[in-house]
Amino acid sequence: MSGRILRRVGFFLGIGLLGLFAIIPVLWALITVFKASTDLYVFGPNPFLFNDPPTLDHLVILFKNTNFPVFLKNSAIVGVCVVAITVLLSVPAAYALARLTGGWGERSGMAIFLVYLIPPSLLFIPMYRIVVWLGLANTIWSLVVVLPTITIPFCTWLLLGFFRAIPRVQDEAALLDGCGYFGAFRKVVLPQVWPGIGACMVFAFSLSLGNYIYAATFITASSQRTVTAGVPTELIRGDVFYWSELMAATLVVAIPLAIAYGLFFNYLVGGFRSAEEALTGR
Amino acid sequence: MSVLTLRALSKRYGRIHAVDGVNLTSGEGELLAILGPSGSGKSTIMRLVAGLEMPTSGDILIDGKSVLGIPPKDRNVAMVFQSFALYPHMSVRDNILFPLVARKVPKPLRQPKLDQVSRMLGIEDLLDRRPTRLSGGQQQKVALARALVRDPELFVFDEPLSSLDAKIRSQARAELRELHDRTGITMLYVTHDQIEALGLADRIAVINQGRLHQVGTPRELYMDPADLFVAGFVGTPPMNLLPIDDDTIAGLRPEHLRLASTASAAGDYALDLEVTVNQLEYLGSEWLAYGTVHSGLPEQGEPQQVIARLPAGTEPPFSTGDRCRFVGTHQDVRWFDRNTGKRKPAAVGAVA
Amino acid sequence: MNSSTIAPVEHAREEGLLARLGRALDRPQVLVWLMLGPAVLYIIAFVGFPFILAIALSLSDATIGDPSLDRYVGLANFAAVMRQDAFWIALRNSLLITAASIGLLLVLATAASELLVYSFRGKRLFQVLFILPWAMPVSLAAIAWLWLLDSQFSPVDWVLVQLGLLGPGSPLGPFSHLYYLGRPWLGIASLVVADVWRMLPLATIIVLAARLSIPEERFQQARIDGAGFFRILFRITIPALRPMLIVAILFTSLLIIGEMGMVEILTRGAPGHATQVLPYWAYLKGIQSGSLGQGAAIALFLFPFLLVAAVLALRAAYRSPEA
Repeated sequence: MSGRILRRVGFFLGIGLLGLFAIIPVLWALITVFKASTDLYVFGPNPFLFNDPPTLDHLVILFKNTNFPVFLKNSAIVGVCVVAITVLLSVPAAYALARLTGGWGERSGMAIFLVYLIPPSLLFIPMYRIVVWLGLANTIWSLVVVLPTITIPFCTWLLLGFFRAIPRVQDEAALLDGCGYFGAFRKVVLPQVWPGIGACMVFAFSLSLGNYIYAATFITASSQRTVTAGVPTELIRGDVFYWSELMAATLVVAIPLAIAYGLFFNYLVGGFRSAEEALTGR
Repeated sequence: MSVLTLRALSKRYGRIHAVDGVNLTSGEGELLAILGPSGSGKSTIMRLVAGLEMPTSGDILIDGKSVLGIPPKDRNVAMVFQSFALYPHMSVRDNILFPLVARKVPKPLRQPKLDQVSRMLGIEDLLDRRPTRLSGGQQQKVALARALVRDPELFVFDEPLSSLDAKIRSQARAELRELHDRTGITMLYVTHDQIEALGLADRIAVINQGRLHQVGTPRELYMDPADLFVAGFVGTPPMNLLPIDDDTIAGLRPEHLRLASTASAAGDYALDLEVTVNQLEYLGSEWLAYGTVHSGLPEQGEPQQVIARLPAGTEPPFSTGDRCRFVGTHQDVRWFDRNTGKRKPAAVGAVA
Repeated sequence: MNSSTIAPVEHAREEGLLARLGRALDRPQVLVWLMLGPAVLYIIAFVGFPFILAIALSLSDATIGDPSLDRYVGLANFAAVMRQDAFWIALRNSLLITAASIGLLLVLATAASELLVYSFRGKRLFQVLFILPWAMPVSLAAIAWLWLLDSQFSPVDWVLVQLGLLGPGSPLGPFSHLYYLGRPWLGIASLVVADVWRMLPLATIIVLAARLSIPEERFQQARIDGAGFFRILFRITIPALRPMLIVAILFTSLLIIGEMGMVEILTRGAPGHATQVLPYWAYLKGIQSGSLGQGAAIALFLFPFLLVAAVLALRAAYRSPEA
């Protein structure tokens, strides 16, 4: 009996520690957002407590007196466009790789993986030149064009797993029931991978939002900045850090994304599961 | 009522001949089984007929017209898959209606067809459920309904009973046969289970390693196997196959290997064997006696093993370890050419 | 069955563009390329071409002011880069930070996946909290850490002082602050912790997915055989996870080694170049100092090594008998 109790205690201790590790910076950010500046920059008293009453001033300042709303809007536009491009390109590609290329498709999981060996940190310098050539420098459209290089390989790989989890006889049954090859994909297979597409959209959105290296390299005009490069460059003025506003910006972006991820967590695990099985050839 | 014809049909995957020059014609409205061990090419034949694969050479005709250039959706061949392949994201109703929707059958025509097939299969109560919440037997009926709803010219079954529980399998088999008799649609039934094939089919095509070995009624296959493969494959336990000389093999069904004391025809036997009984199995309806041949065959390496089937009515008049005389009549013994494996009329120097 | 059969609908074959496209879509060979084509073309145009361009740039004297590729300088950029001390420190730090992060991540992700296999009350909320670090844009995550590790107002320091571990006469020294990001090794350790924090959700998802693929019977059999928790972990779970652990390593290490936001915001490579890493050094050289050629050379430096490592690792994962 005591062994079981010990196990339970150990289990929840582990869960607790993991959770704590994940949220400590976020927790500290949360406290910071609502602290009055007079309470924030003092030594001595417990920094986790509100010694002065909590305030919404910092959130108000963030939205009223900074370019943050513009960053947010730019990020949203970039994110939505990148997600759309990613889904349009990687869903059919993943299906084609999962189904129609036969033996060659078996190794496609690995081939996609190798694209990751050429990461943004290697590409950002030539990419900067391409963006200049395309006349997109200093606009959010440079990110819309370039960020799918990160999301397409990843989403194709993840979707490959989702498509492989749908048995091939489903397509064949559809063919015999009167669908063409494309019809079988659209009417029978596609409706079964919506959770996978949802998981990919969340992933693509957060990857496009989170990318820093391209955002910092391509865009210098404040009105075109996105959250990821705009917040650190404009809410930090030299040595002056607007900490509460910075933390507010962080949380405003992170919490909705985390909830979206949380909703798709199990699908994401499921997608990775079949994608991994495809990769290791099980 | 359609006639399916396969003409020198071949399918190669790289160097493997999955299907190798098969010629086969179904009767009109016939239930034709394709029987073979796994990897024999029977499933490939089915996929070729359905249009899911293209043959390397040869032709497939339905009612005398080649269907080779026709994509699966326009072939009007219905298929019931081993796993049933119901669409999990649709209700049973939408599953059954799907072939009509995909073929753009006008809406007013759909409902009567749905009613008709669901009544025929007794699944009216399941229409609003999801396929994942059905039992194996129910899923099979839905799969049948989905195949039937569009009046296919040809029905193809891919081992549809193998994913059912053993208990309901014989019932499902009877229902399938009844369905065939009621609809009269030509059916191609692929299986590795000879009991299924023998019990269900009008005729059976036995296939192995891509080649067609024999086509015939279940009785013809059993009584007159065309070659050694069919003799060894059809029947449980299979035919006793005993080498007589360099050219000849004698085949004898276990139930035709009789104790000399109970055999009717005295004296003139095609086979006359001294057998030591190693093992006796009681199977309820019959006994199986496993033995080793001591004499009655030319000495050729290892001693031959035989199986005899005895009616269960009485205890066998011998027990394990006894040495008995078993015989087979000329009428019962089948002769095979040892080199080609094919049947031949009679042994020349049969054993005395 | 009644005799009125529904014939397959004969599709009208009018020669419109749509009809022709429709028929093309029905040929599997055409369809494959139509579906695969856009993604492949995009990757060739925006990964393949820039990659070639990166190589060309690294062999030229292109600068932001004069970005033409007409002056071929051979390996001069590489030679120049390798003469800089900062480059070697950055290389060492990149490898060190990645290796240390991966080591910690493997242990933590395996442990976390072992916990997340079970269901418990509030699991959904836990999943949301647990994935927060990964959901945050990297620069914002770095800012959160920057504030947490602030030289004056770090609450971590406050806790350590309260515990008597920090401050005059305590084990960690006479000051009340550790200045995490201002000291070389503490700075690197902070980068490692922040990277582990950021990558743990992803690593856990990868490992958890593999963990769920292990058939439950194997664990039951081991339990029947009397194996305890750690025996099962090391004899059953980890060997079965091995191929996917390799994938998790590859995945996360490529993401860590290519990330510059963390360093730029947390330490800016300081003090001196003590916490410099390759991507940030490439950014400083290539974009800030305007020497596209040298920047490209720095960025390309690791590629051949990563390629070999990745191919070997993937082969190992692919061939693994447990796979």
